[in-house]
Amino acid sequence: MEAFLDNCAKAIVAGDGGGAERLAGEALGSGLSLLQVIEEGFVRGIREVGRLWEEGEIFLPELVMGAEAMKKAMTVLQPALEGSDEAQESLGRIVIGTIEGDIHDIGKTLVATMLSANGFEVTDLGTDVPVARFIDEAEARNADCIAISALLTTTMNGQKRVIDELVKRSMRDKVKVMVGGAPCNEAWAKEIDADGYAGDAVSAVALAKGLAGKA
Amino acid sequence: MSVTPRISWFTEEDRKQIVDEAIRIIQEIGVFVENEEALGLLDGAGALVDRKKGRVFIKSSLVERALETVPKRIVVYDRHGEPVMDLGGDRIHFNPGSAALRIYDYGQGKARTPETADLRKFATLIDALPNYAAQSTGLVSGDVPEEVADRYRLYIALQHSTKPVVTGTFKVDAFRVMHEMLATVVGDQDALKEKPMAVFDCCPSPPLMWSDLTCQALIDCARTGIPAELVSMPLTGATAPVTLAGAVTQHCAENLSGIVIHQLASQGAPIIYGGSPACFDMRKGTTPMGAVETMMIDGANAEIGKHLGLVTHAYMGLSDSKLVDYQAGMESAMGAVVAAASGINNISGPGMLDFESCQSLEKLVLDHEICGMALRLSAGIELRDHPVALPLIAQGLEKKEFLSLPHTTQWYREEAYFPDSVIDRATLEEWELRGGKDAVMRAAERVEKLSADHTPEPLDEQSVAHLNELMEREAARYGMEKLPGAT
Repeated sequence: MEAFLDNCAKAIVAGDGGGAERLAGEALGSGLSLLQVIEEGFVRGIREVGRLWEEGEIFLPELVMGAEAMKKAMTVLQPALEGSDEAQESLGRIVIGTIEGDIHDIGKTLVATMLSANGFEVTDLGTDVPVARFIDEAEARNADCIAISALLTTTMNGQKRVIDELVKRSMRDKVKVMVGGAPCNEAWAKEIDADGYAGDAVSAVALAKGLAGKA
Repeated sequence: MSVTPRISWFTEEDRKQIVDEAIRIIQEIGVFVENEEALGLLDGAGALVDRKKGRVFIKSSLVERALETVPKRIVVYDRHGEPVMDLGGDRIHFNPGSAALRIYDYGQGKARTPETADLRKFATLIDALPNYAAQSTGLVSGDVPEEVADRYRLYIALQHSTKPVVTGTFKVDAFRVMHEMLATVVGDQDALKEKPMAVFDCCPSPPLMWSDLTCQALIDCARTGIPAELVSMPLTGATAPVTLAGAVTQHCAENLSGIVIHQLASQGAPIIYGGSPACFDMRKGTTPMGAVETMMIDGANAEIGKHLGLVTHAYMGLSDSKLVDYQAGMESAMGAVVAAASGINNISGPGMLDFESCQSLEKLVLDHEICGMALRLSAGIELRDHPVALPLIAQGLEKKEFLSLPHTTQWYREEAYFPDSVIDRATLEEWELRGGKDAVMRAAERVEKLSADHTPEPLDEQSVAHLNELMEREAARYGMEKLPGAT
C-alpha cells in the first residue's frame, strides 16, 4: 500500500505519464480508496513537483511533464470517482484564457494545466478571448475565478476591461480575478483592481488556493 | 577596401538544409492565418486553404516567386527626403528599441509610466545622437487613451526629429491614420511611397501564426510601399524547438510565409527579414534578450536572410536588467557587437531594459557609444597605405615620435571612434577632479545637457496643424478632447 502510493507520487515527480496512467488503472481494480490514492499518491507527487520548482531544483520542462502526468492519472480516476460515493472536494471552478488581440498560448496553458493538476475545475477558453466571453463563460459555469493572461504590452489593458465589465454587470464581488503574463506584475494587478497576480504556474496555484480560501 | 568583419554560423550545406526545411514546414504543416484578406490572397494564388482550421499550406513555388520579387535593398529617408538608411549588404544601422510601456526614471530610481514630455525628450535625444540612423516610437504614452497610443507615439516622433521612424500599429484601424501622418510630413502619399520615411514592424506569433492585426499591417505596408519589418520571435523550447538551429529554421518558415503574404498583396514591395527570438529561460519562464544564445540565433537568422538575398533585422543591443547597471552594459554591448559582426542591416534595441519593456534615457545615451564602437568595428581595418608601415616607422624613429607626423593628423580621426564624454578615458587624477562619477551619473548629466541644448528642426506650421487635426480627431473618438500639453 505504502509502496504503491509512493510509486504514484514518484511517477508524477518523474513526469512519467505512461507510468501514472498505468498506476491509476491498477488502483481502479485494487479495492483501494481512490481518494486516498489521489491525495496520498498523485497529489503528493504534484506538490513535490511544485516544491522542487520553487527550490529551483527543476525547470519548466520537468514542471510541465509532471503536470501532464497528473492529468493522465486523473483522466483515468475521475470517471470512477464520479460513479462512486467517494467525492473529491473541488478547490473551485476557474475560467482561464488569453485576452483578445493576443494569441499567445503557452503561459496560459501551463497555468491551466497546473491548476487542474492541483484539483481545480478548469475551463480553458483558449486565446484571443473577447472581454464579454470571459464573463459570459464565468457566469454560465458559476465560476469562482477568472484567470486572464496577456503576453503583450499592447493587450494587457484588456485585463482591466474584463474587471471594468464585471463591475458594470454588478458581478465583481461574485468572482475573483487573477492576472498573469510577461508584461504584468503585482503593481499592475493592484492598479486594475485584480485580486492577484502570479508570475509562474506554481505561484498561480498558490494564488488560486489563497483566493479560494483553501491555502 | 577593407574586409567587413563577419561571424559565420553555418556551412553552405547547413544554410540550404535550413531553408529547404523551412519551405517544407509552411508547405506540409502550414501556417495559421486569422485575416480574411490574407486568406483570400493566398487562396487566389493557389495555396491550399483549410478555412475551418484557418490553416494555409503554402506551396514552395509561391515562396520561390515571392523571393524573386522582394527588393534586395531598401532605402529609408528622413523628413527632407535624404537617404539615411541604405539597408542591404553588410551595412549596419541602429535605432532604439520600440514600444516600451515603462521608462526608467533615474531621478526617482525606478520605472514608471511614460508621458508626453518623456516622448518628446526621447525623440529629441535621438535626433541629437548621430549613431542612431533612425528613431523609434520607443515609448507608449500613458497620458492618452490606450486606443490611440500607437498613433500618438508617431505624432510626437514626427515633430521632434527629422529622422525616419521604426514603428508599428497596436490596432488595425491605426495604419490609415499613421500613414496619413507620415504623408503629411513628407508632402503627400506619392512622395512617401517613393521615399519611405518609416518602417512598420509586423509580428507573427510563434509558432507560425499570423494574427488579424499583423496580417493587416503586412498588407497595408505592401500596398502603400512602406517597408514592412517581420519580427518573428521563436522562443526555444517554449514556442519553438529547443535547439538553436530548430529556432532558426522556424524563424525562416515564419518569415517566408510573411513574405509570401506581403508579396501577394503587392509584388516588389519592400520587406525586411527580421525578428526578436529568444533563448527561453527554463528557470524563470522569461525571454532573455541578453542571453548569448539569443544573440547567436539573431546572428544565424541574419545569415539565413542574407543567404536568401534579403534585407535583415534583429532586436539586439538591449538588456534584461531592470536598471542601468553592469548587466545592462554587458548585455547591450555584446548584442550590438554580435549584430555588427553579423552584418545585420537594421538593429533595434538600444535604450531598452527589462525584456523590451522599459526604456531608459541614460541607457540610450550610453548605448549610443556602444553603437559608435560597433559601427567602427563593422567598418573593419583598412590598408590605407602601400607599403602599410615601413616608411612611417622610419620617419617615426627619426623623430622619436609619431604624433607630429602629417600622416597621423591625416588619419587619426578616421582610424578611431571618439566616444562621447559618458565614456571615461581620463587619468585617475582628472576623473577624481571631475567628481569621480560613474558612467550612469555621467549619462544622466549628458541627458539633461543634450535635451536642453539640442533643438530639433521644427516641422513646418502647416504640417503641424494637420498632424494636430488628425491626432485631435483620433483622441476625440476615445473621449479625449484636448491633447496633453496642448495650449
